[in-house]
Order: sequence, then structure tokens, then C-alpha cells
Amino acid sequence: MKQIVIISGKGGTGKTSVTASFAALARKSVLADCDVDAADLHLILQPEIKRREVFRSGHEAGIRVSDCTGCGVCEEVCRFDAIGRAEDGATCFVRDMSCEGCGVCVSACPVGAIDFPEREGGEWFISDTRCGPMAHARLTPGGENSGRLVALVREQAVELAKERQADWVLVDGPPGIGCPVIASLTGTDLAVIVTEPTLSGAHDLSRVLDLAQHFHIPVALVVNKYDLNADLAVRLEKEARERGAFLAGRLPYDGAFTEAQRQGLSVVEYGKGAAAEEIKELWKRIREKINHE
Amino acid sequence: MSRVDGAFRIAVASGKGGTGKTTVAVSLAVLQAQQEEPVQYLDCDVEEPNGHIFLKPAIEETEEAGILIPVVDPALCDGCRKCGDACEFHAIVVPKKAVVFPELCHGCGGCLRACPTGAITEAFRAVGVVECGKAGRLSFVQGLLNIGEAMAPPLIRAVKKKIQPTGLALLDAPPGTACAVVTTVKDADYVLLVTEPTPFGLNDLKLAVELMRSLGRPFGVVVNRACGDDSVRRYCREEGLALLAEIPDDRAVAESYSRGELPLDTVPSFRRALEQLKETLSAACEAVGR
Ligand code: SF4
Ligand code: SF4
Ligand code: SF4
Ligand code: SF4
Repeated sequence: MKQIVIISGKGGTGKTSVTASFAALARKSVLADCDVDAADLHLILQPEIKRREVFRSGHEAGIRVSDCTGCGVCEEVCRFDAIGRAEDGATCFVRDMSCEGCGVCVSACPVGAIDFPEREGGEWFISDTRCGPMAHARLTPGGENSGRLVALVREQAVELAKERQADWVLVDGPPGIGCPVIASLTGTDLAVIVTEPTLSGAHDLSRVLDLAQHFHIPVALVVNKYDLNADLAVRLEKEARERGAFLAGRLPYDGAFTEAQRQGLSVVEYGKGAAAEEIKELWKRIREKINHE
Repeated sequence: MSRVDGAFRIAVASGKGGTGKTTVAVSLAVLQAQQEEPVQYLDCDVEEPNGHIFLKPAIEETEEAGILIPVVDPALCDGCRKCGDACEFHAIVVPKKAVVFPELCHGCGGCLRACPTGAITEAFRAVGVVECGKAGRLSFVQGLLNIGEAMAPPLIRAVKKKIQPTGLALLDAPPGTACAVVTTVKDADYVLLVTEPTPFGLNDLKLAVELMRSLGRPFGVVVNRACGDDSVRRYCREEGLALLAEIPDDRAVAESYSRGELPLDTVPSFRRALEQLKETLSAACEAVGR
């Protein structure tokens, strides 16, 4: 079983459309949508949810006004500016969506006026789709610990893949280079980076290549919308190749990406447009590459 | 538009990445500066900051930003485990003597407070840098997260410390709806949500709207790459949301963007849409700013 993560650095490069197409092409695969705070893969794969669990993302402080003496100790010890003072100044309160869940105020409060319940940070699901089983999640907007939720989704996908003896785990990763990306990337067999030939794309590609290198993950590069700026596309490929990436191919600027999305299909299922054939080739090259190693 | 504790803050955010958030934020900043109004652009998308590509600022000042993490003196540590019990993030464990995992540490200071022997002191650990400079009349700030670094919020907080005392501050937020976005927008006076009329765009807009509502922030929507698909328009109407502008879909904008040129200068239809946005936005801000 091989794990492939599809990431992009910069958002909006077509990462999820490529993932959905790979899902349609790969036989015996399990999908994992790790873009937990802006998940979109389900819009294409229309999962039928089989199992649903609450994601507990640590704890959150809450001050019982009736017991608070307003001494201000909690305000002083909190390093996350999460505690404010009521308008009349008599008591303190925990600001909405600001608590980091460190518990420092809880043990510091001299009168024990601070509760520290577990907080629900979202939900995760195991589903069936027409392209195979899928693990996915929904982070409560504003939720903490998205990295932990990503790790959980990946664990579930790997378990499923073992159970079903799947050949592939296809991971749709989040944009950026921070904690949820790191959680999506570490320990995978290959990172497929979908980029675009824009200066922003180039800048973000360079950082996401650094990240993959940092964690020793081999990279395959896909330049989407290459005809937007063909010169830059060539430069991006050159940089990536010099840094050891495998050039999986290019995709044209193609309205079929959005049209397929509107119909709830992956680009290859939608079948029209030049990109569909190209994606099939891409997948073939990536498959061969990974099986070779 | 004014506020007692500093510049009026407008955050530009989007659930989905790649909707044109940076283009909009930078263009608004430039339009404002062209009218000689004091304005500051702050790139809080510290994982992948892109505003500098269009603004080409001269950086005048660079400083490290980070958190305080514990350092254990083994000579003083008696292995009592009080620090490990206090840490909510499993960032300090005590096999025989306490060991710190810096990349898991949130810098809360809990272990330091819990240690009875004085074995713990604190040291600064950088997570990234804050760069400040000027792009013409515009004041520029950005955060740049170190590679391999998981935690963006402390760096975003450091970027926001640079907000000027007066004028307008435009904050370019990270994509998504997780903690980094909350850190950026939670005290904004107004939030602009940039989306596109596609199923992904609409889905992620709904998540962003849910977030703005739970944060209690006033906000409005901008549709970028507007075309025949009126799903976002309909959604805004049904939900009673302020739709501040629609920027027409034009491949020329994408090409201009690809070269790092602001379409404000190269695509007239884009400029018109942004000028209109500036108007509707300042009206909306007047209404909330009082
Ligand atoms: S430390 Fe406890 S008593 Fe003091 S202000 Fe905070 S909650 Fe109230
Ligand atoms: S738990 Fe930590 S972050 Fe939350 S309010 Fe208390 S001290 Fe602040
Ligand atoms: S500072 Fe806080 S997060 Fe870091 S090790 Fe100590 S208790 Fe854990
Ligand atoms: S609390 Fe202090 S003495 Fe006890 S294990 Fe931790 S560092 Fe060592």
C-alpha cells in the first residue's frame, strides 16, 4: 500500500480536482480529505456516511462568574490574551475562540473558579464513495488543533486501506506549509505538488519543496494552467527538477475543471476538454514511478 | 472610520484558497495609497505570503518572532513529573529527567509554573520573521513562517503588533477557517470574504460565514471571477449578506497576476470593479465604525 499526498502550497491551483480524478482512475484506493477546515472533495465524490465521530480537540477554559473574585490572576498568567474583564470590572471571562487550552489559568486561579471541559472541535467520518472508501472531517470553523484532526483522518484511511487491502491511499492535503500540511505530508511515499505558473505559485512552490525536502518526501510536480505563462512553467519545472522532483506533467488552462465541479464529477469522469486525457497520462506516470521505486 | 486603540482594521479572508484574496487586499491598499490616505498592508498569510510579489516593498527592518519554551537544567531536575502532568500538549515528558519537544510546545509557561525545583527556565525559540518596510506611500508588514514550523498563530500575533496607531490597516488573512484565520480576524472591524462562483467557492464561503458569525465580526462578500453562475449571489440574497462587488472573470487578470503585475494597472474592468468595491466597502465600514 502506497500513500500519495496531493498538496499545492498556494490554494486554488486545482489540487482537489486532480485528487478526485486520481481517485476515479486508481483501482483499489482509499481517499482521505485532509483539507479539514475547507474540505471540498466530498462535493465531487458525494460520500455516503457510514460512521460519524466527534473530534475532541483538547480543553477550553471557562470561568464561573459566581465564584470569580476578580483577582486578575488568570488574566496575568494567560499568554494568549484569552482572558478579558467584564465591563463592570468585577469579574473575568474567557474570550470566545481565543483559549489555547493550556490549562495554566485553571491551576493558577486561587479560588478554583475555572472549569476546563473537553471541547468538541468538529466531526470525522468514514464513508463510501463511487471511487472507494473515504475518511474525511469537518473542523468546526475556528477550531483548534486542525493538525491533530488531519492525523486522525489519515490514521483512519490507513486502517481502512489495510482492512480492504487497498493499493493506494490518496490524501487531499491543505494549502500552506503549517501544521495541517505537515500532518498530511509526514510518512507518505510521494507528494504530488500541483502548482501554477504565476509568481505567487512559484514563491509558494519553492517553500513547499523546502518542506518536502525537510521531511525527506519524494516529490512529483504537476504544473496546472501551464499556458497561462508558458515561460514561467518551464522555469518552475527546471527549479523542481534540479531539486530532485519528478516532472509528472502539465495541464492546460481548461474550463472543464469548473464545469466538472458544477456537475459533481471529477475532470476525468466529465471527460470533455484537453485536461482529462492529460490527467490520465499523469496518473499513469506517477503510478509507474512509484511502483518502480 | 476610526477606532480608539489604533488603525481601523479590515481583514481580507476567504474559506477557499486561490480566490484572489491577495489581489483584492493589495489592490485596495494601493487604491487607498494613491489617494494619499494613510494605509498599511499586513500579510498575515505567514505560511505563503504573496503580497510582496505585487508591492515589491523595500524592507527596512527584520525581526524574529517566536515563543518562550522551557529549558531544563538536569542538575536541578529530580524527575518528579509535575511539568509533564501540567503540559496539555505532550511537549515535555519525563522518562528519568524532563525532556522538551520544542516543535510541540505552545509556550504557555505551564511547566515552568509547575516545577518545584527551579529546574526550568525559558528560552526564546523563533518560529519565523516579521519584515517591515515601505512600498511607495504604503506601509508594509509581513510574517514569514520558518520551514517545518507548525505554529503560525504566534507569528501572526507578532505581525499584528505592528499595526499603526492611525489610518487604515488591511490584513491579508490565511485561507481556510482554522486557528490562523481566527488569530488574524478576531478583532477586525470589518471582514471582506473573497470567493468565486464555483461549488468549491460557495461551500468554503459558507464555512467562512459560519466563522464570522461565531466571531461576531461584521462582514461582506466579494465575488471574484464572476460569470453566469449566480449560486453565490443567490446564497448572499437568501442569507441577507452584503454583496459588495463582483469582479468579472477575465483571463487577462490571470495572466497579469501570473507575471506579478497588479491587474489594477493593466485590466480596466478590474480597476472599475475595485473602485466600486472601495466605495461600497467604505460605506459598509462607516456603518459599523460609527
Ligand atoms: S483567577 Fe480566578 S478568581 Fe481570579 S479573576 Fe481569574 S477566574 Fe476570577
Ligand atoms: S487555558 Fe490557557 S489559553 Fe485558555 S484561558 Fe487559560 S491560560 Fe489562557
Ligand atoms: S511551555 Fe506549555 S506547552 Fe511548552 S512544554 Fe511547557 S507546559 Fe508544555
Ligand atoms: S517539574 Fe521540574 S523537577 Fe519535576 S520533572 Fe519537571 S523539570 Fe524535573
